[in-house]
Amino acid sequence: MSVPWSVTAAAWPSGQVPADPGGPWVPQAAGPGGSDCLVANDWICGAYLRTRSHELLDATVQHIGITVASVVLGLLIAFPLALLARRRRAVAGAVLGLTTVLYTIPSLAMFALLTPVFGVSVAVVVTGLVLYSLTILVRNILTGLDAVPAEVREAARGMGYGPVRMLFGVELPLALPALVAGIRIATVSTVAMTTIGSVVGFGGLGNLIASGLEGFFKAEVLTASVLCVLLAVAADLLLMTVQRLLTPWTRPRAGARPGGRRAPATKAVA
Amino acid sequence: MDALTGAWQWLTTAANWAGGKGVWHRLAEHVQISAVCLALSCLVALPVALWLGHIGKGGALAVNLSNVGRAVPTFAVLVLLTLGPLGSQGEWPTVLALVLFAIPPLLTNAYLGIREADRDAVEAARGMGMSGPQLLLHVELPLAYPLLMTGLRSAAVQIVATATLAAMAGGGGLGRIITAGFGNYDTAQVVAGAVLVAALALAVEGVMVAVDRLCDPMRGRRRAARSGRGSRARRGERDDHAMAVGGAA
Repeated sequence: MSVPWSVTAAAWPSGQVPADPGGPWVPQAAGPGGSDCLVANDWICGAYLRTRSHELLDATVQHIGITVASVVLGLLIAFPLALLARRRRAVAGAVLGLTTVLYTIPSLAMFALLTPVFGVSVAVVVTGLVLYSLTILVRNILTGLDAVPAEVREAARGMGYGPVRMLFGVELPLALPALVAGIRIATVSTVAMTTIGSVVGFGGLGNLIASGLEGFFKAEVLTASVLCVLLAVAADLLLMTVQRLLTPWTRPRAGARPGGRRAPATKAVA
Repeated sequence: MDALTGAWQWLTTAANWAGGKGVWHRLAEHVQISAVCLALSCLVALPVALWLGHIGKGGALAVNLSNVGRAVPTFAVLVLLTLGPLGSQGEWPTVLALVLFAIPPLLTNAYLGIREADRDAVEAARGMGMSGPQLLLHVELPLAYPLLMTGLRSAAVQIVATATLAAMAGGGGLGRIITAGFGNYDTAQVVAGAVLVAALALAVEGVMVAVDRLCDPMRGRRRAARSGRGSRARRGERDDHAMAVGGAA
């Protein structure tokens, strides 16, 4: 991988700067007007960023759209599945077994298997990613609900909480750290896996990686790849912040109460 | 249904199995590169993980490695390596990508396995006068076995999945059947290729589970330990975590 010119040049004693096929090194080479990098097919190219910014933006928007749709749909399906699995252990075995099998299937094969069902459309990618996210989400929701201390449940029942109010008022808030940990893992891996959707033309930034491969366009591939990683990191940080805001009680008393409820969250993230 | 009958027809046509682009050849490519890369990544990751676990350092590295591995798109790495200087070196971009993505599950699980080996047992062994290497070989390693195998299983599944993606970056393997099918708008071939890839991935998972059972140094003894100390639950959680590391390709 190449590095910005200033760094490379600084590493060489003056006069020994290696010859650059894209032109001699000048401090402004990467600055305004430097479309040499497009000709030289450099990995890092400011001219590419400027001239194709709309393309990058479109791809990023599609990437975010696919990721958000997949994780939200996954969550909407995983939640009732987890509740059902908690009720009946037989269902739990079936759900966990099936999602594990689905998780083993490579993503390219998954998208290929879904293509005849949905045609070449964005639904192929979203469905595939939803199926993958189910594995992580169902497990983490179950772990979170299981870790709710029995005495808390007893106390709530004693205060007259019914099953629905118990779930949304007591159990879910306490399971939130584990739930968010699951959402974080699912989101980060969904961002990465969305790129493979480029096989049906709906891969967000993956489309740019694929077209960069076809045209041997290094700047396009590297830019899209870096954006993809940044997207994953940004999503992770955003979700972490949301969790902090939603569960203020886990912060100040973290050290004071070594309760079991924080354990699943940290373990799942690890 | 149309696609399924088409795929069945494709799979039962002898011509599709023979030759350089046939199933047998692609399967051989896939299995060969997967096996080589699994061996290579074990050679790289396991000594480091065992050593770090034994001396009890580098926990942050071992844990963060799997988070990083999850955030980096496999496809991007394959393409970057193909366009890079390694690109002209035949299979090397694929091999390197496969090894890179197999290291996090192997390293993280092996490290955690050694770290979480029962401290009482380790202390007792030390008290009996075992040396460092003896301790590692006879106490920590057998205790770390379940997690070690979880890591190996995730890594194997990860490698098979990534090797499929290598086809998108111009490599060989069974993924080629799928990408070629997409290229020709041949849905039957796409589905047939996907069935083959899925079958291979599930077969590898099955083989790894069987190997796990057969090689378990505590076979038959672990069950008693499990019911008593809740180590089963702990292992279940790790499985979950390792899965999340594993299949993101």
